[in-house]
Amino acid sequence: MATEAHDHPNYMAIFWWLLGLTIAELAVAYMPMPKSLMIAGLVSLAVAKATLVAMYFMHLKFERRTLGLIALTPPILLMMFVVITYPDTAWRFVSGLAGH
Amino acid sequence: MSQAAALDHGLHVEPAESPLTPESWGKLGMWLFLAGDAMSFGGLIVGYAALRMGTEACTGVLAPPACWPTPSTILGVPFTAVMTFLLICSSVTMVKALEAISHDDRAGLRKFLGLTILGGACFLGMQAREWTHLLTHVMTLTSKGLFGSTFFVLTGFHGFHVFSGVVYLSCIRGNAEAYSAENHNAVEIVGLYWHFVDLVWILIFTFVYLV
Repeated sequence: MATEAHDHPNYMAIFWWLLGLTIAELAVAYMPMPKSLMIAGLVSLAVAKATLVAMYFMHLKFERRTLGLIALTPPILLMMFVVITYPDTAWRFVSGLAGH
Repeated sequence: MSQAAALDHGLHVEPAESPLTPESWGKLGMWLFLAGDAMSFGGLIVGYAALRMGTEACTGVLAPPACWPTPSTILGVPFTAVMTFLLICSSVTMVKALEAISHDDRAGLRKFLGLTILGGACFLGMQAREWTHLLTHVMTLTSKGLFGSTFFVLTGFHGFHVFSGVVYLSCIRGNAEAYSAENHNAVEIVGLYWHFVDLVWILIFTFVYLV
């Protein structure tokens, strides 16, 4: 069975991006800044790295769109999971909500 | 019309193709497995986040288990950053291995798969070193409040995946002679598993060690 011909992405360029984003993550983690800004920065950088690995190394960018939907389903479900559990945990110490 | 009836009439019936991955059913199967595995890891990571968000951070006045320790004060972040770098490099060698066999280069396939296995094995060695240090000097499964158990379960579950990946890669490498430019779906499929393991580590490193 013949494999489709397609352009290979520049894998080494992706490697340098991943390295750069990792160094950026370490910088954000160690720089003095408000906690919420640090978390937002780290989450964005982690998602960027994960997207690069999925799209280029796992070849998702060149696959059929529906395969991308299969790959996208767990992150969507997990974000729902976070939103659903957030009120139970993060607001635990707010008076009036914690229960008796 | 059933396939048997069609054949009786001498009609050509196309074999069923995987709808999303025409060249390989195995590739679709691996993607579906990884989606389920992502839910497993995601459940553990979200559970970690929920437990941590529900506990006050240690600020010096309180001590565990009344508070959640800041991971970077307990864990060796530079050491783990090297582990992250190692896994990223092993993903690159994996992709180079696939590129090699797509050009019928069996020697290149063996070389780059060997480097990927080496990267995975070194990662496991470093993880073992980190765990040994933590267990003997810092914390166990039941210490530091819930941080001990969530840390060891999450990193242990991932480490088990790396170990399984190293075994799986070794099997594929042992079978290298069977692959060619026309037939290398098995190499692409093991690559998907390995990149997934790397991807999960990227998330664990961020949410457990850095945040």
